[in-house]
Amino acid sequence: MRRWPVRTLLASAVGVLWLLPAASAVRAQTLFIHDATVYTMSTPPVVQEADIVVLDGRVSAVGHGLEAPDNATVIEANRRPVTPALFAGITALGLTELSGEATTVDQTLQPPAPPPLDRLAPRPEFDVTPAYNPDSTAIPVTRIEGYGWTLLGAGRGGGFIGGQGRAVSLDGAYDSFLSEPVLFIGIGASTSALTGQSRAAQYMLLEQAVAESRDTGASQPGALLTPLGRQAIARFAESGHVVFSSDRASDILQIIRLAERNGWRAVISGGAEAWKVADTLAEAGVPVLVDPLRNLPGDFDQIGARLDNAAILHEAGVTVSFTGGEEAPHNARKLRQAAGVAVANGLPHEVGVAGLTSAPAAIFGLPDGHGTVTPGAPANLVLWTGDPLEVTTLAETVILNGRRIPMVSRQTLLRDRYLPADSDRPRAYIRP
Amino acid sequence: MACVRFIVLLTALVCSTLLRAEAPYPSTYQPLPSQSLLITNATVLTGTGDRLDQASVLLADGRIQAVSSRAIRAPGDANRLDAEGRWVTPGLIDVHSHLGVYASPGIAAHSDGNEATSPTTAHVWAEHGIWPQDPGFNRARAGGVTTLQVLPGSANLIGGRGVTLKNVPAVSYQAMKFPGAPHGLKMACGENPKRVYGQRNQEPSTRMGNVAGFRARWIEAQKYLDDWARYEQRVADGETGLDAPARDLRLETLAGVLRGEILVHNHCYRADEMMTMLDVAAEFGYSISAFHHGVEAYKIADELAAAGVCGALWADWWGFKAEAYDGIPENIALVDRPEGSCAIVHSDSSEGIQRLNQEAAKAMARGRAAGMNIPPEQAIRWLTANAARSLGILDRTGTLEPGKMADVVIWNGNPFSVYAKADQVFIDGALIFDRADLERQPLSDFELGQSLGDRP
Repeated sequence: MRRWPVRTLLASAVGVLWLLPAASAVRAQTLFIHDATVYTMSTPPVVQEADIVVLDGRVSAVGHGLEAPDNATVIEANRRPVTPALFAGITALGLTELSGEATTVDQTLQPPAPPPLDRLAPRPEFDVTPAYNPDSTAIPVTRIEGYGWTLLGAGRGGGFIGGQGRAVSLDGAYDSFLSEPVLFIGIGASTSALTGQSRAAQYMLLEQAVAESRDTGASQPGALLTPLGRQAIARFAESGHVVFSSDRASDILQIIRLAERNGWRAVISGGAEAWKVADTLAEAGVPVLVDPLRNLPGDFDQIGARLDNAAILHEAGVTVSFTGGEEAPHNARKLRQAAGVAVANGLPHEVGVAGLTSAPAAIFGLPDGHGTVTPGAPANLVLWTGDPLEVTTLAETVILNGRRIPMVSRQTLLRDRYLPADSDRPRAYIRP
Repeated sequence: MACVRFIVLLTALVCSTLLRAEAPYPSTYQPLPSQSLLITNATVLTGTGDRLDQASVLLADGRIQAVSSRAIRAPGDANRLDAEGRWVTPGLIDVHSHLGVYASPGIAAHSDGNEATSPTTAHVWAEHGIWPQDPGFNRARAGGVTTLQVLPGSANLIGGRGVTLKNVPAVSYQAMKFPGAPHGLKMACGENPKRVYGQRNQEPSTRMGNVAGFRARWIEAQKYLDDWARYEQRVADGETGLDAPARDLRLETLAGVLRGEILVHNHCYRADEMMTMLDVAAEFGYSISAFHHGVEAYKIADELAAAGVCGALWADWWGFKAEAYDGIPENIALVDRPEGSCAIVHSDSSEGIQRLNQEAAKAMARGRAAGMNIPPEQAIRWLTANAARSLGILDRTGTLEPGKMADVVIWNGNPFSVYAKADQVFIDGALIFDRADLERQPLSDFELGQSLGDRP
């Protein structure tokens, strides 16, 4: 990989380590990014020829003609774009190593088979957070492509009430969770096998779950939820984030009403037909995580799937972010391309970048200017070789928590082992 | 005689009685009406490895007539299109699609791609499962795909015959069938067959069982071929009253491979398994046209090039199962690197087939970042000429050379971009898609009358 000249003004900032809060277990650096096109994702959203100062893990200044701190490592941007580190969508990063190997998959509480209606036993208390493994090889693979965080999804494809997950930084630390728990619920065709073969039962069961959660007495015989499940649902009743994976316009309308009745902050994920109810979504303040590559009727809930879904939603005033077509973590890195496709189909470019940065950070309530490049924001930054949404652009430098991460993954090591055209010894001896 | 066109082996058995009859389920494809067209001022990627700037392309009588960076004299009645700022490429070719056999919507009734009832189903033909109303064909066309091979799935060691289609809207697959294109044979090594049958406590349940299964079938196929050859010889020697050997649809397909009339498309991920399959092919005297998926193909790029086997690959898929663990985004570029190589970008996806150009762009960018010089005129071959080569149709399409089918895409700019769009798509010179003209945007019967808004 081509590297741009980096000038080290002074020796590395080892001493700074001890000034950091204990939670930030990484070694922050003092960095000065010179002459960048900065996607601040604030006001104004893009600043040309700007400098960024990174101190103690945070952005300390953004502006023109800034001075590099004495001990700063200088990164020459040469007017190329710097964005906040990107959101990778709702994924099983750190929860799945190989999708096809059940022993490496933790994101779903899988019922043994579609259960009969009286034995559904949804488990909203199922929380994937303790299963998160930052040592998964998929995390560096994703991180070096410019992705800084993801929302751990629970149960997509395997759950009606799939359980809970949290936003997590991809910095490789064991405990880098960024948000409160988020509850995942799947509505529509993809989960109807789990709810007695009818989506109508999904609304019935959700009402039942809410009713049980309000009953503080002892569990009734035949109750839908366990005591912990009742507590979990009750916790979300006050402004908890509930991600509804759903595509059909009629379902999205039902979800908006359901969420309003129960005090949930609904987020639509997928939303293939969300464009049909864009005005209602905008009015209700319900954001949508779109999969911009979906333009086929993958099932009968997605008959109206179209490429300008994101553009129509934005035009109507809906907050748009993105998520991929599946929870498998391996191609999370494709989300940038998907955002580019949304932009190629009418979404303004800055809104496309926002959908990967500031919009999801705001949707899920990440603190401290996360998803922006503004003073005080955590220094999660990416220097790109060109337009951050273009498929031929690569992430050149990735900074997480104020630290340049090594641009190494299992895939770069495999590449470097096989890149030499000839090898006079078995390649197993090559340790890149 | 259709089979004459398939001759690749110089043997006396090339056209046996078996195939002497007109090939069944013949193509009824007819090019749509076309007009002569002179495209000028375009950036042209010819598919032969050349790039011509400010160039002209003349399409007439359904064929490429001329491609030149100098002025071309066009017939007086030819339409003229000033393609200033736009790029022209051969029509894109996807060698690995399940459009029609796993049609959208992906309901149970549309699951027609895997006859997963026996590890060898060489007797089934993908074309008999194709639903031509799959909206995916239209979406792929809007992405510049003019030709595609529809394959059976990979549940079986030998899944059946694949078919090569012209991507035209039609009510029958016969009307899409690429005239004279050889059938493909889908084979699969690795995890899928051993998982599908192992779960049923059936052979194969291991990779050992996979290979034993392949070898047993080829032995049967050789015998079948020999039985027919002996019979043919005796008929030729004037013997009468002979009973012909019984026809067997499974062995007929496999014999077609041994005769070189059917091209092997082998789903295979791991480098070691691809090497094993090359040895299976050598043992029984057939060729592998392409390894499909091959996420470890970069480990044996030289061996693949030396064997003349194409690698039909994804830009970046990996990790969805153990045999896909070692996938790297430089795979295509590394497979492309040796002399005589044949790297192909394939989709295996109703989404990916719409954006083969973007997949290629990602692979190109990765190759460049790793120090390989891959200009657009080289990368376009992954989607056009190399794909045509693996399907046995390079003499008819896949490049912009005079005499070839006028399968052409005019892009709104450099196709290796997320913002690139196919403005116009031509098949045999006929304008079959025009982004600016609703009248040239076919809609499947399935989508007619659905609640789609104001769009195509």
